[in-house]
Amino acid sequence: MEEESDARKINNSFLRDHNYATEADIISTVEFNSSGELLATGDKGGRVVVFQREQESKSQPQRRGEYNVYSTFQSHEPEFDYLKSLEIEEKINKIRWLPQQNAAYFLLSTNDKTVKLWKISERDKRPEGYNLKDEDGRIRNPSTITSLRVPVLQPMDLMVEATARRVFSNAHTYHINSISVNSDLQTYISTDDLRVNLWNLEITDRSFNIVDIKPSNMEELTEVITAAEFHPQQCQTFAYSSSKGSIRLCDMRQAALCDKHCKYFEEPEDPSTRSFFSEIISSISDVKFSHSGRYLMTRDYLTVKVWDLQMENKPLETYQVHDYLRGKLCSLYENDCIFDKFECVWNGSDSVIMTGSYNNFFRMFDRNTKRDVTLEASRENSKPRAILKPRKVCVGGKRRKDEISVDSLDFSKKILHTTWHPQENIIAVAATNNLYIFQDKVN
Amino acid sequence: MFPKGTKRKFSDSGDDPAPEPSAPPATPPRPLAPPPRPLASTYSLQRQSLLDMSLIKLQLCHMLVEPNLCRSVLIANTVRQIQEEMTQDGSWQLMTQALAAAQCPSDRLVASELLCRQTDPAGPKPYALVGEAYHTEEVVMEGGEGATYLAGPFGVSPCWQEEEEEDGDCEEEEEEDSEECVSEGEEGEQVFGTFEIKHPPPGPDPALEELFSDVDASYYDLDTVLTGMQAAPKMGPYDLLESLSSHSPAPLSSSTSCRADLNELDHIMEIIVGS
Repeated sequence: MEEESDARKINNSFLRDHNYATEADIISTVEFNSSGELLATGDKGGRVVVFQREQESKSQPQRRGEYNVYSTFQSHEPEFDYLKSLEIEEKINKIRWLPQQNAAYFLLSTNDKTVKLWKISERDKRPEGYNLKDEDGRIRNPSTITSLRVPVLQPMDLMVEATARRVFSNAHTYHINSISVNSDLQTYISTDDLRVNLWNLEITDRSFNIVDIKPSNMEELTEVITAAEFHPQQCQTFAYSSSKGSIRLCDMRQAALCDKHCKYFEEPEDPSTRSFFSEIISSISDVKFSHSGRYLMTRDYLTVKVWDLQMENKPLETYQVHDYLRGKLCSLYENDCIFDKFECVWNGSDSVIMTGSYNNFFRMFDRNTKRDVTLEASRENSKPRAILKPRKVCVGGKRRKDEISVDSLDFSKKILHTTWHPQENIIAVAATNNLYIFQDKVN
Repeated sequence: MFPKGTKRKFSDSGDDPAPEPSAPPATPPRPLAPPPRPLASTYSLQRQSLLDMSLIKLQLCHMLVEPNLCRSVLIANTVRQIQEEMTQDGSWQLMTQALAAAQCPSDRLVASELLCRQTDPAGPKPYALVGEAYHTEEVVMEGGEGATYLAGPFGVSPCWQEEEEEDGDCEEEEEEDSEECVSEGEEGEQVFGTFEIKHPPPGPDPALEELFSDVDASYYDLDTVLTGMQAAPKMGPYDLLESLSSHSPAPLSSSTSCRADLNELDHIMEIIVGS
């Protein structure tokens, strides 16, 4: 992963001063759109910030495609459910872009209960010269109208508008953990702890429940759904992961209710590493199909695994993300870090995978060369446009100068959310309230 | 596995292979799996503290209207697993016997002190998230609640029975679809369920019942739970306690016996906390 370790940092640290960060500023999701031209972040305050990539300029080649703020809007507001005396957080859990079909951009954003479809469009002209109303929009007195004119479009400063086009609510009893747009471009799924619902993007007042694992007696509940995603090409296929470390592949052609999976991916437990924490650390926090649709990637607490859709009994590849934490599971359970939900992403060609860790570290694994690298996203250690240095965590014994010992890792700085440009080697990494964008070295 | 009434020492250095001799002392060695093995004292203490910690975590989940379901299910499964193992190696029965014998909880206090010592100097934790001091009273309240969980399986705690009834009502009124009922009941009942699975419903063993008939279970196990509290000041989510404690009186007030014990509990707290 030398390529990536040579990445450059673009000066786009998230525009908010680190020192004045509030809880609401913490980034809770980050996602490139399908062309990579736009990058959206959602935060705990319910805001969505969209960045747009600058056009390349020949005079300043080092400014290749920086990302600048394009639009900011409040996607979700805190709500109160009076029937349950329950506050519904505004935190954006996930953002998914719809493939672009016209000049406007569309994205889905969700909090714990409600999914919204947003349209982001530009306006650089405004109509002028109406007959029946004046420039301020007030209706003119008809007696003053003595002549008719043809309204014209006048150029104006570019304005980016975000409008909520659809609100999909009241379908989830539990917390929505993922949304996924189908390749048919007409439907999407929203998933909570116990159910998966299928929606038509045009219809907000009904959805179809396609998976329901809620036992009739909640005392018998031992497993929850942790994430779900549609296959990138086959619109009838989707996968969902569970807290017991398994992944189920379902085919919607077989039945309307996909309670019966068509494939079940699970790795047998290794008795040598069994502990009380085995189940917790095997709980899958994220599942992603490769762009090719041939593989599935899952992230659990200590590893990231690549599964071949043709092989259900064990993963094709297993990568250790931070195995040095294996001896610290008790403390991590005590302080609840063990329940952190790390996400994982593929690069554009499915040859490299990336996922986060603690201490603002994130990891990349090259599937071909089997090399891996640990990088750090932090202001202190990486200046804008500087080349990222690989970091190393030292496990016991002597510590070299540039290494960091396991005991001095900062567990409050965690990288849970990352995204990779769909074609190029540009990545966006959310570290608490900062967004870092790294790209390949120019030349 | 052990004859009734035998009391076994926690620390038995003779047959005490430390679970992970190589592990650095700063971190408590993680419990190893194979259940049928000679009980290592450190191991069983750690297991006990893990159990306590999990019960407190579950307790806090239970207090939220909508807890993080994934987290609470995982914790409940962990509790279930520990309990299974304890049942297998006999320490669960041991606990119940100790419970019967312990009219005064002094020997448990020793054990809990041990735990404190073990967990506290866990080195400079880089991720000390909170470090808030808890009010004694609140700890007592939490403890009282937590104790009902432990007490549950023995079928002697009036608190437990009453709570169960409450949950039942809730279900009746609100039907299965109502989420509040579900989520409020589920975590708590999960634990109850956990215990019920392992133990025959109250009554099948009259001898055991007789043993417990005049012992208030909640009283006994409280300090264990408290110890978990004491040993875990760095636990992030527990700063919730302060805000949450205002909600707790509902189930508490229904359990008069818990309340009656509060004075005695204060005394125990004084010993533990030294305040």
